[in-house]
Amino acid sequence: MSERQIQLEVLRYDPETDSEPRFQSYAVPCKNEWVVLDALNYVKENLDTTLSYRWSCHMAVCGSCGMMINGEPKLSCKAFIREYSDKIRVEPLANFPIERDLVTVVEDFIAKLTRVKPYLIPKEDKPISAGEFKQTPAELMKYKQYTLCINCMLCYAACPEYALVPDFIGPAAIALAHRYNQDSRDGGRDQRQEVIATDEGVWECSFVGACSEVCPKHVDPAGALQQVKVASTIDWYKEHLMPWVKK
Amino acid sequence: MAKSNKPIFWGLFAAGGTVTAFVTPALVLVTLFAAMKFSPDMFTYENIHAFAAHWLGKLIIFGVILLSLWHAAHRLRVTLHDFGVRADGAVAVIVYAIAGLGTLMTLVYLLRI
Repeated sequence: MSERQIQLEVLRYDPETDSEPRFQSYAVPCKNEWVVLDALNYVKENLDTTLSYRWSCHMAVCGSCGMMINGEPKLSCKAFIREYSDKIRVEPLANFPIERDLVTVVEDFIAKLTRVKPYLIPKEDKPISAGEFKQTPAELMKYKQYTLCINCMLCYAACPEYALVPDFIGPAAIALAHRYNQDSRDGGRDQRQEVIATDEGVWECSFVGACSEVCPKHVDPAGALQQVKVASTIDWYKEHLMPWVKK
Repeated sequence: MAKSNKPIFWGLFAAGGTVTAFVTPALVLVTLFAAMKFSPDMFTYENIHAFAAHWLGKLIIFGVILLSLWHAAHRLRVTLHDFGVRADGAVAVIVYAIAGLGTLMTLVYLLRI
């Protein structure tokens, strides 16, 4: 009763042998509780072992199974078959080169992530004997939301600015920079501003907001970027109109 | 990589957005009431003229018009970009020139009152 036959149209592409991507259709008997990732696993196990895609946790934590499902960036482990019609089209994440089938080349994102220094740069070095860096719940609240990012890159696939300007540092990386800038234990904001307060940084964003709409963890990168814009604007006025004020 | 100078325009855009969000609906309503002859005595021509003649009134009117103009200019620039107009440099020059001209005219007309 709770099984339904669906047509899974999957983009296939091997850059080494294929001249261009094509769609391959598979008939998959899906259980009611299945997600698109289950259907892909069924294909891989029973119909076509050559299909390539990334996945790991199957519970929206690892961030590896992002793909375009009916043209929308989704985690395939969170996209329930029952919410779709009998024909589901699956493609690799938009705005990224294809490595093979549904696997994308993510080096660009990893490089950008590295550039924004997404780790704590302590204000002061203190010996372990001096005790822990304490933080109040209010200080934690300022950035906690942005720690939920799982680097799934759905926001990059959704962002029209990133599609247009590949140099744009993009939603997730800037939101993560903001996460550390907002941390009371951190002293690395000046270093990160050199990267994100640039034309290719936060100022490439035109606040379309698609990043926040597709974010599976409700990080709200668009909100983070707006806060970065406000803070960078205040910086600019301080630097140019009040150069005597120490940062 | 050099830090961007976009904060100049974005600062005006953000401040203008806040101002217009609060002031514009009220102005529309007041204008509508005045047009329908529902305006209380407070909004007679003489009173409004006196308001615009006072330096504080001038400052308020100038602030509201300046910020609204620059907000609209930047909004238009970004909207055109979203619509697929890729000549950002030319668009920026045109919309900011209009905002600049409007600012100048506001200043001239206010000082003549």
